[in-house]
Amino acid sequence: MADTEIPGDLRYSREDEWARLEDGRVFVGVTDYAQQQLGDVVFVELPEVGTAFDQGAPFGVIESVKAVSDLYAPISGTVTEVNDELVERPELVNESCYQNGWMLALEPSDPAQLDALLEADAYTQYVEDRKDD
Amino acid sequence: MSELRRTPLFDLHRSLGARMVPFGGFEMPVQYEGIKAEHGAVRERAGLFDVSHMGQIHLEGPEAVASAERLVTCPVASLRPGRVRYGVLCNESGGSVDDVTVYRMAEDRLFLCVNASNIDKDRAWIEGHALPGVGVDDRSETTGLIALQGPRSPEVLASLAEADVAGLKFFRFVETQVAGSPALISRSGYTGSDGYEIYLEADRTADLFQALLDAGRDAGIAPVGLGARDTLRLEAALPLYGHELDDETSPLEAGLQRFVKLDAGGFLGAEALAQQAANGVGKQLVGFELSERGVARADHPLLDASGSPVGRVTSGAPSPTLGTCIGLGYVPPALAAEGAELGVEIRGRRVSARVVATPFYRRPRG
Repeated sequence: MADTEIPGDLRYSREDEWARLEDGRVFVGVTDYAQQQLGDVVFVELPEVGTAFDQGAPFGVIESVKAVSDLYAPISGTVTEVNDELVERPELVNESCYQNGWMLALEPSDPAQLDALLEADAYTQYVEDRKDD
Repeated sequence: MSELRRTPLFDLHRSLGARMVPFGGFEMPVQYEGIKAEHGAVRERAGLFDVSHMGQIHLEGPEAVASAERLVTCPVASLRPGRVRYGVLCNESGGSVDDVTVYRMAEDRLFLCVNASNIDKDRAWIEGHALPGVGVDDRSETTGLIALQGPRSPEVLASLAEADVAGLKFFRFVETQVAGSPALISRSGYTGSDGYEIYLEADRTADLFQALLDAGRDAGIAPVGLGARDTLRLEAALPLYGHELDDETSPLEAGLQRFVKLDAGGFLGAEALAQQAANGVGKQLVGFELSERGVARADHPLLDASGSPVGRVTSGAPSPTLGTCIGLGYVPPALAAEGAELGVEIRGRRVSARVVATPFYRRPRG
């Protein structure tokens, strides 16, 4: 398998989502490992702005040619913005999962949850453990 | 869960970077580079598939042809040696035990190529219903099968085969040498594109797969996994056993009447099918296209225009060639006409769809 990109400045969930704090909001997307596992993404279903999610709750759906997966909120919060471009161009998740393929921004209800997510080193180990299967 | 089996190509798949998944009791490659890229390789150039998981059950003896006439829905006695036909093994109620291709080897010899997940069921069914004295030999384990599909397949195979494979007609086969191995090559496939299926000894399969990859490099050949095999066959509206066909579903419901010798009869399930043909079927397989965004998947409910459930999706995927989302599913015959408005319930949401003509994709004729 191709190398997996895991930026050092992000936090990660065990559901293979990343989270990035930016001006008090937390941007969320799926990781390079997730998009590699999914394959060609063909459809992304995202929530309405204003919807609140608890940590770990499904907030949307991502579909590749073969598979359907739920997307889970890495932290609790309220949606302030969604990436509407994914409706027209779901392939951005494959092409640029950490930048143009972001999914939504949350107003965190408990910012401390972010610090409890995996750091890049721990997430790298978590990915490597599964590659050996 | 029982142990997954491996084809002779398992190590080669891994070295080519394939992701392996369980399918039909085997550990098979679902994709190498990616489903869309592999799908495109077959439609535009050439793709190479390991389908060694499929089974081959040979019938031999003076009553072999009569047995096959009794077992499958398609005519066999009229099938000349060197030709292939598609048909269905039916049970007495007209349900489908399996869908198969019949290869007529000689006057008293033929074999059925069957689905991997049905090998044991089919062998028992065939042994139970063949005429006395017919030898039934399951050679699935010792037979390898490679499919070479796509418009550039003839030139790739011609560079390795002794016989004139470029001149071979559709649904005919020839026994010849390919890259030094004896093989049976038929002009057939499961993609809707031109191509071949190549049967040979299991222990020679990996060498031939590699030789074809090498010979096809200039033509842009790619190894193709089950993911693209599924989107390709769906575009061609070819049924997949376990989805469009099962023990409770008849070939008439699945729209396969041209592979059923209703007039001749004399096969298992013939009476039930004749009755269905006379009285009309209760459900009909249709092709549909989504009019809105979404992906229909197997088992999603199909709805009528008023939103009431009327059937279910059997296969669905985004079509890489067409760019729309397509699917197959069963509906009442009244809703089966081209243009009929349907809905698909996708995770609680109604997405509109309409019935379209199949196949969704038809290859350009040169």
